[in-house]
Amino acid sequence: MRFADEFRDPQKARTLVTEIERLAAPLAAARGRPLQIMEVCGGHTHTIFRYGLKNMLPSDTLEFVHGPGCPVCVLPMGRVDDCVSLARRPNVIFTTFGDAMRVPGSHGSLLQAKAEGADVRMVYSPLDALKIARDHPDREVVFFALGFETTMPSTALTVLQARRDGQRNFSLFCNHITIIPTIKAILDSPQLTLDGFLGPGHVSMVIGTSPYRFIAERYRRPIVIAGFEPLDVLHSLWMLLKQLSERRCEVENQYQRIVPEGGNSPALAAVAEVFELREFFEWRGLGSIDHSGVRMRAAFADFDAERKFQLPNAQIADPKSCQCGEVLKGVIKPQQCKVFGTACTPDRPLGALMVSTEGACAAYYQFGRIDIRRPRVAEATV
Amino acid sequence: MNAVRAPLDVVATPRVTLAHGGGGRAMRDLIQRVLLPAFDNPLLAPLEDQARIPLADLAALGNRLAFTTDTYVVSPIEFPGGDIGKLAVCGTVNDLAMAGAQPLYLSCGFVLEEGLELSELTKVVRSMARAARDAGVSIVTGDTKVVERGAADRIFINTAGIGVIAQGTDISATRATPGDVVIVNGTLGDHGVAILLARNELALDAAVESDCQPLHGLVAAMLAACPDLHCLRDATRGGIATVLNEFASSSNVCIRIREAEVPLDETVRGACEILGLDPLYLANEGKLVAVVPRDSADTVLASMRAHPAGRSTAIVGEVTSAPAGSVILSTAFGGDRIVDMLVGEQLPRIC
Repeated sequence: MRFADEFRDPQKARTLVTEIERLAAPLAAARGRPLQIMEVCGGHTHTIFRYGLKNMLPSDTLEFVHGPGCPVCVLPMGRVDDCVSLARRPNVIFTTFGDAMRVPGSHGSLLQAKAEGADVRMVYSPLDALKIARDHPDREVVFFALGFETTMPSTALTVLQARRDGQRNFSLFCNHITIIPTIKAILDSPQLTLDGFLGPGHVSMVIGTSPYRFIAERYRRPIVIAGFEPLDVLHSLWMLLKQLSERRCEVENQYQRIVPEGGNSPALAAVAEVFELREFFEWRGLGSIDHSGVRMRAAFADFDAERKFQLPNAQIADPKSCQCGEVLKGVIKPQQCKVFGTACTPDRPLGALMVSTEGACAAYYQFGRIDIRRPRVAEATV
Repeated sequence: MNAVRAPLDVVATPRVTLAHGGGGRAMRDLIQRVLLPAFDNPLLAPLEDQARIPLADLAALGNRLAFTTDTYVVSPIEFPGGDIGKLAVCGTVNDLAMAGAQPLYLSCGFVLEEGLELSELTKVVRSMARAARDAGVSIVTGDTKVVERGAADRIFINTAGIGVIAQGTDISATRATPGDVVIVNGTLGDHGVAILLARNELALDAAVESDCQPLHGLVAAMLAACPDLHCLRDATRGGIATVLNEFASSSNVCIRIREAEVPLDETVRGACEILGLDPLYLANEGKLVAVVPRDSADTVLASMRAHPAGRSTAIVGEVTSAPAGSVILSTAFGGDRIVDMLVGEQLPRIC
């Protein structure tokens, strides 16, 4: 298949793995520990597990730390409770992306609310939600907007469309979050041992590459913005190790076929028109992070579910036994969490990282909990 | 405008009413006019409350009865490559066939939603009759219930089936043994993607047909080639990933499959790429997974490829001993990963 197979060539993968092994060994030896590389984005976590990259790379010199870039995973319980409360209103059709349906709140998930009679519908795009609003003029249609800068433009454009159409029965429950303050919060963590970052590809497609400069300049960590095919991830990793070997700290862009240096200005303009930064936003596992979320501007109050409806807006503490925060910061591995695979499983997730396949714990549980690494055999010469 | 048009519609299209399930004249009419002519066979004809099957006929075919039931709620009821009627026959025939049984008789229970067009019902019934004829089974007893509008979605069908297993055939999920090979009879995920596209919820247009087909003929050919088939299961909901996990866990073995060998239709593969679906978990309605002793692999493979339901048969992996209870995929990219049981529902109402 074109545009897929050329990014999954096993021969090129082997060459890159050999090069990565060669670069990683002296770097790890100098540190007396494996290199720790954070892939910020859940999409990369998924690629790493889906294609078995984790088992192709040397575990003694290289460790992936799975970052906070799964928007479903970092959603705090209180916000899920707000969703459920909105969905339970008799006149509301609550629309959401599918993977948010299973996120547990303190009184169950949207999936459970649906089973109890709430009108919760899965959509593939905010425009589908707007169409539902058009088709049901007598109902209030709320779209559960979530995601990083990747999904913000499509939500913003949908709101602008709704305003043009005068679609009064459509609103957003806005849970969009921004990646930069969160990376900064991780970098400020006193326990930090990260050596470098694989930067989020599709966020960068919108915001460009310059917002990451502080990582290289202030925190002296290299970052490579990476694509999502397995060769993209290996290539980016190689670029990162090359920077480390040459003692460079730069923002490099491996995903040039998608990510323009300056980002996407029409998308950014739509986002700026509709949204403004919140003072702070609560993240599951990470706590409150300043300026890490957006809300709708006052000019769009009619389309803002938080203004249109009374929401409980309760702050619910993460379950005590749950160590999502430490996993997110790379302090512990998913399987080192006290409840991993016991009280917390993909069937009954306790922490959010166990919910989505892009969450580190679910990925570990599904793809990585059994050691399947094949013993290395010296290649026979023929 | 609708108010004017609606009564005309009612006159133009006869529909199922609550009376059709009431046990009275309307129901008898439905049976006489729609069901009997389609399913016509000597065991059904007397219209007793039960079909009476001579034991001697069964005993002549083997020494064990296979008995299974399944309920079909697929939405939409018609899709490229089949409909709910064909599915309800093939699905139950296949559940019998996976024991190596010769499928013989089916029952058929309808739950109809008030308001369903009679023409629609007739179409489904005829499709069931055709599928039964093609599979060489008879629909010998049945039941019809009608529920109020909204209490069901158009039509649900339950079929139960019986078949006979020949002496000596011993197919079980517990029999996978290190060294065995794993075979599938063709491209995976066709049914799941066909249904997804038929729902028109995605702005995707592609020609994918459901693989809905009976498999007992293929199984008979496999048993002729190798009477000692170890495991056999049709990969319906949950796809081959689920079946392989069931085998690995029941037999306490490890199953390794090679992604590059797994047969996939290019269009299905494309749809999976776009939608983020894993074809290993997608539903099939005419695909089986077989675990076969290695020394019989070539003869079984040849017998399957010679059968119309197995033209694209492929060996996709093998059984090893450790780590027991797990399924491991060697990706085409060169890595290995676990293939776990599916969590939650990938697509509701697929069959």
